[in-house]
Amino acid sequence: MKAKIHITLKNGVLDPQGKAVQTALAGLGFTGVNDVRQGKFIELELTETDRAKAEAQVDDMCKKLLANTVIENYAIEIVEG
Amino acid sequence: MKSAVIVFPGSNCDRDAQTALRDVTGGEVVMQWHGDADMPDVDAIVVPGGFSYGDYLRCGAIAGNSPVMREVVKRAEMGVPVLGICNGFQVLTEVGLLPGVLMRNADLKFVCRDVFLRVETTTSPFTTQYTPGQVIKVPVAHHDGNYVTDADTLKLLQDQDRVAFRYVDATGARTPGANPNGAMDDIAGVLNEKRNVLGMMPHPERLIDQVLGGTDGRAMFESVLAAVA
Repeated sequence: MKAKIHITLKNGVLDPQGKAVQTALAGLGFTGVNDVRQGKFIELELTETDRAKAEAQVDDMCKKLLANTVIENYAIEIVEG
Repeated sequence: MKSAVIVFPGSNCDRDAQTALRDVTGGEVVMQWHGDADMPDVDAIVVPGGFSYGDYLRCGAIAGNSPVMREVVKRAEMGVPVLGICNGFQVLTEVGLLPGVLMRNADLKFVCRDVFLRVETTTSPFTTQYTPGQVIKVPVAHHDGNYVTDADTLKLLQDQDRVAFRYVDATGARTPGANPNGAMDDIAGVLNEKRNVLGMMPHPERLIDQVLGGTDGRAMFESVLAAVA
């Protein structure tokens, strides 16, 4: 099974890269973008077949390595197959 | 005094740190490979600058999980002075020895220049040989030095006198232009609660010889020497 993990900056944490992207979009004429927040997307191929166990494992991975919970939130999606 | 410098794949200030320690303390300096948790007894540890593991995932994140860092955390908890410089500072925040995180510089640019620091506390094994409020010149070279922490932690750092250095101008004044990376509260270096772990973005190990532009970094290593003597 697969795990899809979205890692995003917490609200209130300044995102200078997001701001730069927003400025660049405006420069290209894309108006109407109020805010840009940049994050990471990580995909894992897991050997675990039990959904709940897989989710618990990935949660532990996020806490210990994949995300820095001081500044980042993460969301896990477990996908069959 | 015997000391250790941790070497990760991608460290590039490890030899400078070794030279600084050897030159100032006169003692043996062990170059400790990241995969080897079997570190000899040492009086002080430096986690040097560089780009450990290519800064993959987040600066310091992979290095923070290396076998040797688990040992460094243990030694720090035993009271051994641990100094993290630049990437080393990032590693120390990732392993939880220091609070906060180093984010991308506010202007997104890699900054490489001399900055002025004000010594904010001399109550630590790293700063006794400076005078309180002393302004020193030390180079920075980083892309991710923008110190961020939550409001409660910031207040704690201030109340407990744990901000070791702040970015200032040559006169010692805090001005917007003096802060090279947007760090919160102009913080250039912070101490842990027990005051035996210091993380800082600037590079004191690069200023220990007049030939290289100054000697303002020497007092840091002299302080460590005095502390463990």
